[in-house]
Formats: sequence, C-alpha cells, structure tokens
Amino acid sequence: MKRKVVRRVNLSAKVIILGIWLLFMIFPLYWMILTSLKPKNDIFQFPLEYLPEKISFENYANIFAISKFHVYIGNSLLVSLLSAFIVIVISILSSYVLARFTFRGSRQIMSGFFLTQMIPMFIGFGPLYSIMSQLNLLNKQGSLVLMYSVLLIPFCTLMLKGFFQRIPSSLEEAAMIDGCSRLGGLIRIILPVMKPGISATFIFAFVQNWNELFLAIMFIDREEAKTIPVAMNSFITKFDIDWGAMSAATVLSVIPTMILFALCQRLIVQGLTDGAVKG
Amino acid sequence: MNNTGVRKPRLSRTAAFILFCLLPALIPVLVLTYFPILKGIVMAFQNYSLFNLNDIRFIGFDNFRTVLQDPNLPTILKNTGLWVFISLILQFAIGFLLSLLLYRKFPGRGVYQGLIYYSWAMSGFLIGIIWRWMFNGQIGVINDLLLKAGLISERIGFLSDPKWAMFSVIVANIWYGVAFFAIMLTAAMQSIPEELFEAADMDGANGLQKMLHVIIPYILPTIITTTALRVIWIFNFPDIIYAMTNGGPANSTHILSTFMLDKIVFGGDYGLAGAVGVISIVLLLLYTLFYLFATKASKAGDF
Repeated sequence: MKRKVVRRVNLSAKVIILGIWLLFMIFPLYWMILTSLKPKNDIFQFPLEYLPEKISFENYANIFAISKFHVYIGNSLLVSLLSAFIVIVISILSSYVLARFTFRGSRQIMSGFFLTQMIPMFIGFGPLYSIMSQLNLLNKQGSLVLMYSVLLIPFCTLMLKGFFQRIPSSLEEAAMIDGCSRLGGLIRIILPVMKPGISATFIFAFVQNWNELFLAIMFIDREEAKTIPVAMNSFITKFDIDWGAMSAATVLSVIPTMILFALCQRLIVQGLTDGAVKG
Repeated sequence: MNNTGVRKPRLSRTAAFILFCLLPALIPVLVLTYFPILKGIVMAFQNYSLFNLNDIRFIGFDNFRTVLQDPNLPTILKNTGLWVFISLILQFAIGFLLSLLLYRKFPGRGVYQGLIYYSWAMSGFLIGIIWRWMFNGQIGVINDLLLKAGLISERIGFLSDPKWAMFSVIVANIWYGVAFFAIMLTAAMQSIPEELFEAADMDGANGLQKMLHVIIPYILPTIITTTALRVIWIFNFPDIIYAMTNGGPANSTHILSTFMLDKIVFGGDYGLAGAVGVISIVLLLLYTLFYLFATKASKAGDF
C-alpha cells in the first residue's frame, strides 16, 4: 500500500517537472511566433496579448519590403547546402580510413581534429581575413563555402567515424574478395548501409552552416552576398530593432532547421553521442 | 602499418589509398585552421591593426601588457568565471535530472524529447535575439509575467541594469544548453545493462541508492567527458551574449570571448585580439590539465 503511494507521488513529481521544463522550452518560440503575427501596433500595446487575436502577416511582408530577404534566404541555402555537401564527401573518405586503419600518425590526426574543437577560432580570424582578401573572396559567398567546409571537417569526421565503426568491416572485405577495389567497396557496399549516419551528419553540417554568424560578418558586407544571420545582425542597428520584423525574420530563419531537426532528431542525437563522446 | 612493408606493392597501394582519402581533409584543415590560428598567435606579439597595416612590427609583450592593464579586465575575468560555471552547473544539474526522468521508455517520450531538444538546432545569435525580446525592460513578456504573478512590483531592466544583465544572459544559455546534457546523459543511462538494476533490486536498493551506486558510477566517464568539453564550449561561446547585450551595460556581461570578438570584428586590432586569444588558450590549457589531473585521465572517455 505504501509502495503504491510512493509510486504515485513519484509519478506526479515526474509529470510536474517534465511539464514545467516543457513550458520553459516551448514558450520562447511560441512568443516569437506570436509576436511575428501581431499587427505592428499591437506589439507595443498593453496589456500584452498571450493568445493571437488579430493575426496579420504584415511583419512578414515587411521584411521582404525593407530588405532583400529572399536574396538572403537564397544565399543561406546555397552556402549551407554546398558546404555541407563538400564536408560530407571529404569527411566520408577521412573517417572511413580512420575507422578502418591504424597507422603511424592516425592517433595524432584524431587528436589534431579534436583539438580544433577546443581552440577559440577567433584567434585565426585576422589571418583568415587576409587570406580571403588575397584569394579575392571577400564579399563573395565562396569565402563562406570554403570556410564552413573546412571548419566542419574535423567534427564531421569524428561523427562519421562513430557510424563507420558500427558497420562490420567483413562487409567490404567480402566485396573485395569478389574483386571490388577498396574505394569501390566503400561506395557500393558501405555507403548504402551508412545512409542514416550520412544523412544525420549532413543535416548537422547544414544546420551549423545555416546558423553561422561571425565569419559571415567578417567576410560579407555586400547586400547581395549576405546570409540570413548577417542580414539580421544588420537589422539590429538599422532599425534600432523593429521587433515585428525581427520576430518574423527569426521565425523564417528557424523553419528549415526545425523541419530537418524534427525529421532526423533521433539520428543526429545518435551521431553526436556515438561519434563525439565515445569516438 | 610498418615502415618496411611500405615498399611492397600491395601495402603501398593501401598507403596510397589512405593518403588519397586523408589529404582532402588534412590539407584544408592545416591551411585554413591551424595556419591562421598559429599566425594569430604570432600576431599577439605584433603591432597589427587593420587601420594601420603599413606599420606592422614585433612589439614583444606590449599587447599583453595593454590587455592585462585594461581596467575592465578584472570584471571580464569575473564574468567569464560566472558565465562558465553557473551555466555549466545548472545546465548539468537540470540535464541530469531530465535524463533520470527520460531514460526509461514511456508513451510520448519521443515527442517530448523532440520538443525539449530543439533549442540545440538553433543558433546562439537567434536565441540571444529571442531572449533579448523577452527580457525587454518595457514591453518584455518576462516582466509582464512576473508582474502578473505578483513577484515584482515594478519592471526590472534585465538587460539595462548591470545587476541583472549577467543573470539574464545565463538564463538564455541554460535554455540553450540543457539539451546537450539531457541528450548525452540519457544516451549513457540507456546503455546501462539491465542486470545491474536487477541486482540492485535484489539487494533492496531504493531509487536514491540505485542512482548513487548504479547509475552515477556507470555513466561517470560520460559525465567527465561532457562537462570537460562543455566548459570549453561555453568559454568560447560569445553568440548569446553578443546578441543580447554585446557585453554591456558597462561591461557587465563582457566575457573573454566577446571581448576578443569586439577587438577583431569591431576594433580590427588583430594584435590585441591575439593577446586575448593567447590568454584564453592558456586559461583553457590550465583548466584542461587541472581537470585531467583531478579526474584522472583514465576515467575519461577515450577521444
């Protein structure tokens, strides 16, 4: 009898804690969406509205009217997709080798990749600026594609390595006995099995690129080349924060990553826990 | 692979394959990550400013002297400590509590996890924007809620009052970072073999005893690795602060990484920024050594 009571108390404590945390997590996004849908005058009106009363899309129309938001979206998509793709191709090769072979220097390479996660990258920003200007890539999306690819190679290699290690090497060895080359075995036999891991890593890379701000601020100043975060950053000074426009921009810029995250949450989580920590 | 074997044609084919696969990763990382970082460290000893590129020369420790004599430095260091450790402790404690509640299956767990993990897919900048809006002194929803609940009698300038600003940015950081610990610790707890719990049940262990004697010892390596990593990440994470306060008001939320960012992106002074960077690296190194020593490296996960 006592046990039953304890269990019931435990259960309700559990539900309360999980419920409070859920509210705390959801509310900020709800508030941003709500703000973005309020007509401009209602945003600064008291008392605050907690439920949508008049829904208006004027904030959304507004960001396209006052800025080239469609251009920024296009740039963000281009830069994020292209560099995620480059990262994946390069990281598949490196992580496959690191997962399957032990050779002189392989441990050092792993530590070298790991170390990049620990050094404050800002320290290299100045030199990177000079490199980009020498390559004539300043104010061009190419600078971001290049840097985003390079910066993600170490982490994506570690992440993919975790996935590779879960696939028995007997699989491609069998293919090699049947006359496949190593590369052929990797492409024809392993990659299809690795699809979940590869898509998780691709999405991870895409999200990272989509969200990056500071390199983009450094390299890009031309309207036509701005990515969404850079443009939003310039909203801050330009309009002394027009909160309607800002919240609409926030909602728009969050949608792609939210969809991807919702689709592949389990895989990404698995990739992070396998690759990064147990590596 | 041994050295003598490299000459044999079959092994050298493997060597060639390894090189073919690794070079596309190694060369860019060396050229565009390690080289700029090393060069940035060199710049710390140079007079190197974007606005005076004709006068670049070595000046020894002058940049360090400038940074160390900066009257704001004590505040910045204190802020960095507060930012890192309060964020870490609360992110960890809440993440641990959540994963205790989440590691066993229950109906709707997947959806629940999706809803509390999503902050992890967002950028620190956007998170900062969102919380800046919510913490707004006049129209902010947090003030409104607190007033409605009767917890305060007049609005608080969360981001304009130096007493509250650090608290506010840390709240946003906790909102962002709990998911990381919840994800990692839940995964670790799920890998605990069921037999351990059965054995504990047979010995008549209660929930707390199970946590102390089964769960914590089993996931200790994950705890050590994740907290070690997280300290470094939080330390190097200016995004939220940049978007919410940009170090203000009156430097009350500047941490080393926002300070460095300020010197680079807005000051264009790579020399000073390099010096701040070197100081950061030294602090992180000291921390890592201390941490490895305190936790004995063997217990940590194998990187």
